[in-house]
Amino acid sequence: MDFLNAIALFCNFVLVPATAYGAQLALGALGITVIYSILRFANFAHGELMSWGAMLTLFLTWYLQSAGIHAGPLPTALLALPVGILGTIAMALATERIVYRFYRKQRASSITFAIVSVGVMFVMAGLIRFMIGPGEQVMTDGHRFLIRAVEFKHMTGLDEGFAIKTTQVITIAVAMVMTGFLFWFLYRTRSGKAMRAFSDNEDLALLSGINPDRIVAIAWILAAILATVSGTLYGLDKSYKPFVFMQLLLPIFAAAIVGGIGQPVGAILGGFVIAYSEVLLTYAYRKFLAYLVPGDWVPEGLLQLLSTDYKFAVSFIILVVVLLIRPTGIIRGKLL
Amino acid sequence: MSGGYGTGPDIIHDCDLMVEAGEIAVVVGPNGAGKSTAMKGIFGMIQLRAGKVFFNNRDITALPPSDRVLEGMAFVPQNNNVFPSMSVEENLEMGAFIRTDDISSTITRVLELFPILQDKRKQMAGELSGGQRQQVAIGRALMTEPKLLMLDEPTAGVAPIVMQDLFQCIQDITASGVAVLMVEQNARQALAIADRGFVLVQGRNRFTDQGKTLLANPEVQRSFLGG
Repeated sequence: MDFLNAIALFCNFVLVPATAYGAQLALGALGITVIYSILRFANFAHGELMSWGAMLTLFLTWYLQSAGIHAGPLPTALLALPVGILGTIAMALATERIVYRFYRKQRASSITFAIVSVGVMFVMAGLIRFMIGPGEQVMTDGHRFLIRAVEFKHMTGLDEGFAIKTTQVITIAVAMVMTGFLFWFLYRTRSGKAMRAFSDNEDLALLSGINPDRIVAIAWILAAILATVSGTLYGLDKSYKPFVFMQLLLPIFAAAIVGGIGQPVGAILGGFVIAYSEVLLTYAYRKFLAYLVPGDWVPEGLLQLLSTDYKFAVSFIILVVVLLIRPTGIIRGKLL
Repeated sequence: MSGGYGTGPDIIHDCDLMVEAGEIAVVVGPNGAGKSTAMKGIFGMIQLRAGKVFFNNRDITALPPSDRVLEGMAFVPQNNNVFPSMSVEENLEMGAFIRTDDISSTITRVLELFPILQDKRKQMAGELSGGQRQQVAIGRALMTEPKLLMLDEPTAGVAPIVMQDLFQCIQDITASGVAVLMVEQNARQALAIADRGFVLVQGRNRFTDQGKTLLANPEVQRSFLGG
């Protein structure tokens, strides 16, 4: 019984939240990787693009709620998501047209591009704060839980509750659908193959008559879709706060690089590696251990390796270690 | 043609190359003679400072490379001439990217020309040997059914025995009426199959004649074919 309690506790506070978080990071990292493999620069504005997408989705969610339209047990934001995606695509294509194209025609170096994207990030962050304000917003509605902790205790007779939030299930399901869509697009469609060709060998792609402007536009559209979905899922799972997305940039970049930048499979792997490390290292194991060992063995402390305040340090450390030991990432990607 | 890279000095000076349909023209010369640069000039990959490029009696000097592909020209660069993380089949598909019609018959023909690729259709091009990779590269260029095929050192990094096969394939390609213009390090073997030969030295035409005549020319032999 104590063993099962320990498992329930672990699932409730580590496994399920980390999996949902990992899915959000994976989608974010996929966006970074798509832009990197086509435009060959680290897009620092991707966090704000996620924020932009989530914000547009939130605005529309409020509108739908005020009009009395709901998605039943699911959060209303899911209904708003497609329009949010369209708005974010418009934003991404506008930045490409107004800002990045200029540098593309100059064949600017990837460092120049990265710095330009930092500028875009600040402009977008300012714009977002103008539009929605810096405060915290609740995005989710509908049924909060798929399994409630209390119900679980009744069902199983365990002391520990195990709850699954609706948003966690949605996060994982949507992330799987999105990943499936991305891989189908890249490996089965003409445009997707052309993107891979362009990423593989840009000069030869040009010699084959592949239009670079079109490829770049598709890359931005994919990045915008991924950004909106991951931003909205993160907002649903936790809450929407504009400043969070700048902080999220670090674990997302870490995920993309750890997995192997330019490699979609790597981005997904990296997302989960980072998420599980963050949660596992910042979880307090005292209660978990108390179920497994005799009472007087349990130490006084919390058995927490790192305070949750340091969770971003975890991704940073993993990033540094990977860059030192295996700079190409888990799946051999391009070097930054 | 005269031209060079960026704002740097001219690499080729009044260089003159030509090939007719169904012919093989070979450009040979020492390292740094501007052979590859001349090819890039013809394909519009460098800016010409003087001179013109004609294709099918049409002045195409101002066309960008992508439009020259549409006109019926195809170019196989010396290095990085395949998409390494894509399968052989996908490489061929990408070669035909500009085509909107059915490409399956062209794929079949390319695979007949290079039978070894038939078994490796699903394999990644980056995992193939040098010779097979060159076959993929040439196959990719043939997918647009070009009238002019330009090859920059197709036998670089290829085993000698495979080289003979490649030259045979190139002769087969011209048999269908395609013009082939190639730069080659293995001057002796290349000139032996060439209808026309050009010897470039320091970006200028030094000798221009039929392949076999050049091969027999004592001066060419002494200076460029190692005696």
